[in-house]
Amino acid sequence: MTRAAQLQSRVERIVGVVILLLLVLGPIGHTVFGSFWVNFILTQSLWLGIAAMSLIFLSAYGGMVSLCQVSMYGISALVLANVVTSGQTKGLHLGWDPWFGVVLAIAITTAIGLAFGALASRSFGIYFLMLTLTIAVLTNYFFGQVTLLSGFGGVGGIQSHTPSLIGNPNLQPDRLYYVSLVVGIAVYVLIRYIVRTPFGITLQGIRDDPVRMASLGYNVSLHRMIAFGFAAFVASLSGILYGWWIDTVNPGTVNLSSVIALLVIAVIGSLFRLEGALVGAFAYVYINNEVENHNWTVPWLGGTFNTMIGVIFLLIVCLSPGGLLGIWGSAFDWLSRHWKTTSPRLAAAAASGSEAVPPPVERTER
Amino acid sequence: MSAAEVLRRLPLALTVFGVAIALIYILFVTNAVPDSGIGNWRTTNFGSAVSDPSDFFYTVLDSVTFAGLLFIVASGFTLIFGLMRTVNMAHGSFFLIGGYIAYDVQQSMTTSSGFGLTSAQVGWWQWIVPAIVASAAVSVIGLGMQQGFLRWNQGQEIRQALITIAVSLILADQMIAHWGGVEKNIAFPNDVGTGTAFIKLGGLSYAWSRIFILLVAVGIGVGLWLWLHKTRIGMVIRAGVDDRHMVSALGVNVQAVFALSFLVGSALAGFGGVMGGSFAGLAPEVDGQWLLNALVVVIIGGMGSLGGAAVGALLFAFVSNFSGAYLPTTSDQCCTEYSVIVTFALLAFVLALRPLGLFGRPA
Repeated sequence: MTRAAQLQSRVERIVGVVILLLLVLGPIGHTVFGSFWVNFILTQSLWLGIAAMSLIFLSAYGGMVSLCQVSMYGISALVLANVVTSGQTKGLHLGWDPWFGVVLAIAITTAIGLAFGALASRSFGIYFLMLTLTIAVLTNYFFGQVTLLSGFGGVGGIQSHTPSLIGNPNLQPDRLYYVSLVVGIAVYVLIRYIVRTPFGITLQGIRDDPVRMASLGYNVSLHRMIAFGFAAFVASLSGILYGWWIDTVNPGTVNLSSVIALLVIAVIGSLFRLEGALVGAFAYVYINNEVENHNWTVPWLGGTFNTMIGVIFLLIVCLSPGGLLGIWGSAFDWLSRHWKTTSPRLAAAAASGSEAVPPPVERTER
Repeated sequence: MSAAEVLRRLPLALTVFGVAIALIYILFVTNAVPDSGIGNWRTTNFGSAVSDPSDFFYTVLDSVTFAGLLFIVASGFTLIFGLMRTVNMAHGSFFLIGGYIAYDVQQSMTTSSGFGLTSAQVGWWQWIVPAIVASAAVSVIGLGMQQGFLRWNQGQEIRQALITIAVSLILADQMIAHWGGVEKNIAFPNDVGTGTAFIKLGGLSYAWSRIFILLVAVGIGVGLWLWLHKTRIGMVIRAGVDDRHMVSALGVNVQAVFALSFLVGSALAGFGGVMGGSFAGLAPEVDGQWLLNALVVVIIGGMGSLGGAAVGALLFAFVSNFSGAYLPTTSDQCCTEYSVIVTFALLAFVLALRPLGLFGRPA
């Protein structure tokens, strides 16, 4: 590990612990975060972040930029809404137990994810991107047109049918927040664990060279399909939190703007690092909130939040494909180069610690 | 027959079987909505083709003409992809902005009070000039995007796709800021106008506007084919599709060829927007619909193949129109449209058999 990388990981650990402490302790008695922040900004960032983690998991470790993670959390929320609510005008309103709804939402979404994965796992790179986009838009039409399950108005009233653990998120926002936080941390740890298992290592091998992995005897399509199914599972968790948070699931949940919003979140954070999901989600939600509060419009061009976030998105894709975390990482790289040239003592120390590390290779898309 | 041979012939057999079932269903099985009650599983809007041939022919004509519009939009998309491997996710935005520009030009050329322009008020030039202006403007936008952002990312396909998504995000917001959320309509010229001109086809009366779309689409298809196969520049483009490094090594300015095909591809998107805006209207989110249409057509047909775009457009149009017209409507749940599910099934079926589409070739 280079000196800069060591320093970076040390700083990141400290920052991570501080943020985690803030997130855990901040809302208690509203010492740091007020209830608007907890309910609106942080909970939203968390469920969006979990959805973005499923996207980034596929992109960083599977080499698959998927645009249908929004559909996955939408499907999960729709299943939840259909199963748990009762007495609504739309949907199946089965009125079953809330926890059973959670289990069913996870199971059905994961199954659909595996099915979509079977379809998409043979496509690579740009074909995969387009295929998942097509799936996403068709899911949106499905929501709108199949009135048995949803229809244009969507299915509402989820908040009155939450488990007793959650209560009514409008009255007790802290509960949903802490559940989201726990789920978020669990998903993060789970993904970090999975990419170290033989399955995760194989998946990364497939990302780097599918042909070679196939000739080594690995079933490339199967691994990619399972990865897709796992990502759908992660997204389904996000969808349940979303359902509890938003109360009504309608086709707008999974429309093209939402698809692009999640992609923007992942790209702004970083397509190559899991932590990017939460950074991107927080940045997106925070900027959106600020723009709407202040009614900002783009000077002399017109347009509002989408133009601004579009320009930020464009700049990040052009200048730093690794997103905000990429900028953060290159700052440390710059620091290490700067040290080498200015201070011979530090440079020597850096050199002694930086042997045998190949230069970072630009990830090629196939 | 060996097992492998059976497996190899299975797709064809399945396809023939599926088409046969669908044909029998449409020709004989379906029933029209009864006078009382909601009918049964055989109840559809029109009834079977044998008992109601005119509606059947209308559905065929609708499918063919809609395929024309699909082809115009998808051909631009596939032209760009075939040569540069660039997926232009802003294609739908180019479609919509082309329509809006034509709308503005047409409004300024006619004595319109601002809205509700009908075909009776519009002559040929008041449609052709807006169409040309819009296509030219969109091709300039497309060229600008290609030169400004895509040129130096050549070969990084995902990054290029992300850039075009960013552009489409910005354009969509700008279009809402400038043209608002109310639907806008361009009017076809009077001679082929919607609701003003009809063509007699053996006792059936059919809208000229749809025939006009089809004729223009065929013209564009033939023109593109001649351009790609009978001219020198077309030869260079086809060579570039096969091996762009070799073409470049032979001394051809491949960047200029890229720019030209992006120009033409964007112009086709803009022109498609003029057609689509005259045919169905322009509103926010139409860009996403048409991006999806173009994607489905080229994914089915095979990316980069002009013939694939034509076949994909026909398949997509027939499947979506016929499933809309002939799938059972009986249900106490009003208005469920299953055509989207059938479209998805078509896509899944084609991709399961041929991951690169019907006429797609590996890069």
